[in-house]
Amino acid sequence: MCGIVGLLVKKPALKDQLGALMVPMLLGMTERGPDSAGLAVFGEALDAGHRKLSLYSGLTAEGSQFGWAALVTALNADMPAARASAHATGNHAVLTVAVDPTPVKDWLHEQHPKLHILSTGRSIDLYKDIGTPGEVAARYDFAHLRGTHLVGHTRMATESAVTPDRAHPFTAGEDFCLVHNGSLSNPYGVRRKLEPLGIHFDTDNDTEAACRFIEWRLRDGDDLPTALQRSFDELDGFYTLLMGTADQLALIRDPFACKPAMVAETDDYVAIASEFRALAHLPGINHANVFEPAPEEMYVWKA
Amino acid sequence: MEGVIEMTTFDLATQTVRELNQHLHQPAGELAGREVVVANPNGAHNLAVGLNAPVHVTVQGHAGYYAAGMNQLATVVIEGSAGTGVAENMMSGRVHVKGFASNAAGATAHGGLLVIEGDAGLRCGISLKGGDIVVGGSVGSFSAFMAQAGRMVICGDAADALGDSIYEAVLYVKGEIKSLGADAQIEPMTSADIATVAELLKSAGLKTAHDPAAFRRIASARTLYHWNADADQDY
Repeated sequence: MCGIVGLLVKKPALKDQLGALMVPMLLGMTERGPDSAGLAVFGEALDAGHRKLSLYSGLTAEGSQFGWAALVTALNADMPAARASAHATGNHAVLTVAVDPTPVKDWLHEQHPKLHILSTGRSIDLYKDIGTPGEVAARYDFAHLRGTHLVGHTRMATESAVTPDRAHPFTAGEDFCLVHNGSLSNPYGVRRKLEPLGIHFDTDNDTEAACRFIEWRLRDGDDLPTALQRSFDELDGFYTLLMGTADQLALIRDPFACKPAMVAETDDYVAIASEFRALAHLPGINHANVFEPAPEEMYVWKA
Repeated sequence: MEGVIEMTTFDLATQTVRELNQHLHQPAGELAGREVVVANPNGAHNLAVGLNAPVHVTVQGHAGYYAAGMNQLATVVIEGSAGTGVAENMMSGRVHVKGFASNAAGATAHGGLLVIEGDAGLRCGISLKGGDIVVGGSVGSFSAFMAQAGRMVICGDAADALGDSIYEAVLYVKGEIKSLGADAQIEPMTSADIATVAELLKSAGLKTAHDPAAFRRIASARTLYHWNADADQDY
């Protein structure tokens, strides 16, 4: 079991409240996923020359005492064009650079192999960690996050170990993330198709296969509906998948609708959760259009 | 105070599902004829499960999983939608969902009437054992899978594999059937079938009127009842 939440605000004034509106949703999914939680939030994009990387130091020896300032100094010394800066909170930092992120990631892997790169892009910030949703939300101050849309997850692990890097959301490429409720039966088949193409996997988690498959299709030129249609053909097993891109949220469910999903839409927001009880406390919910997404259908909402 | 129905309200914003259900599990004599209102259900699971008294329960909003499961004698009205497994294994009584219902609505129901005014999800009436189900909207795939007894009236459409491996339950569908499951077949409507549909629609009290003669009857071809050693066993 796992819990999924998603929220997209339609009115600019609500961007400041994105995190505050979401936290009760995430807490509402605690029973479905008490072992880890995570969140990807999409906000205003950096200009085309900049990238931000969400980094996690919880698996390094220093943990939450990680020397973020020293990392920035060393990176700028080795790569002056990066003009790197970091905004750090404990074991999490958002590193902003003014160069292509690939050499920066290579540098990070080389200099700090235990540092985990959670996400890369112009719009995405990503947080994930082990602990109850309440603990993780407090640790990273989710209530004060701002942005246009977000994708969240509460995990009850079934397919791989309970570790921060196996928590959701998973990311691949830039400004793309995916959360999953369910279990895939052919993740290794998908991996064996992708690895010869040079696609690297960070974990043994089944969800990562779905994430990397869809991102590969998008990068190869598919639009989101085409990539999702291919996912129906390629992915076997049980899944409700919620994905975030720089300007969209997308949801699909397997043909047997084995894993739940509910959507509530008002003039102010689109909210998605595994169960209605995670939506029950949203403002105006009594007048929302509440529906259950159909199996093997694509739902895409634009930010 | 004869004639006045005693009403008790449980507000789940401040009270627990256990308090509600414990109240509803009092001896039948204590509850008979009473009315219980559940305010702020907020999608909670297991609302009004295991009732065994002619009590009337109104859920003022959306219910979570297994609402009114195992119901006997009681009438449970859900004013919003219902999650997975509403009225599962109902024995008698009536469960009425005014919104839509998620998967496995009325699964294994032995008796009673389940009314869903909106759509029902997948596997509605799976392994039905004698209960009646009336769906005002459409049903998802694999509905009435292995249904053994009872009746289903579907006013909208049916998705894939309707009535797969069905036994002696009978289904009536007004709209499109995307596909029938193995051993399910469309049969002619007799005057008795039309009377059955009319009776069930009347009991359901849907807001929209439907012509009972406009439904099609789906029942078992009974080709799976006996092992056929000559059949192609590849699958």
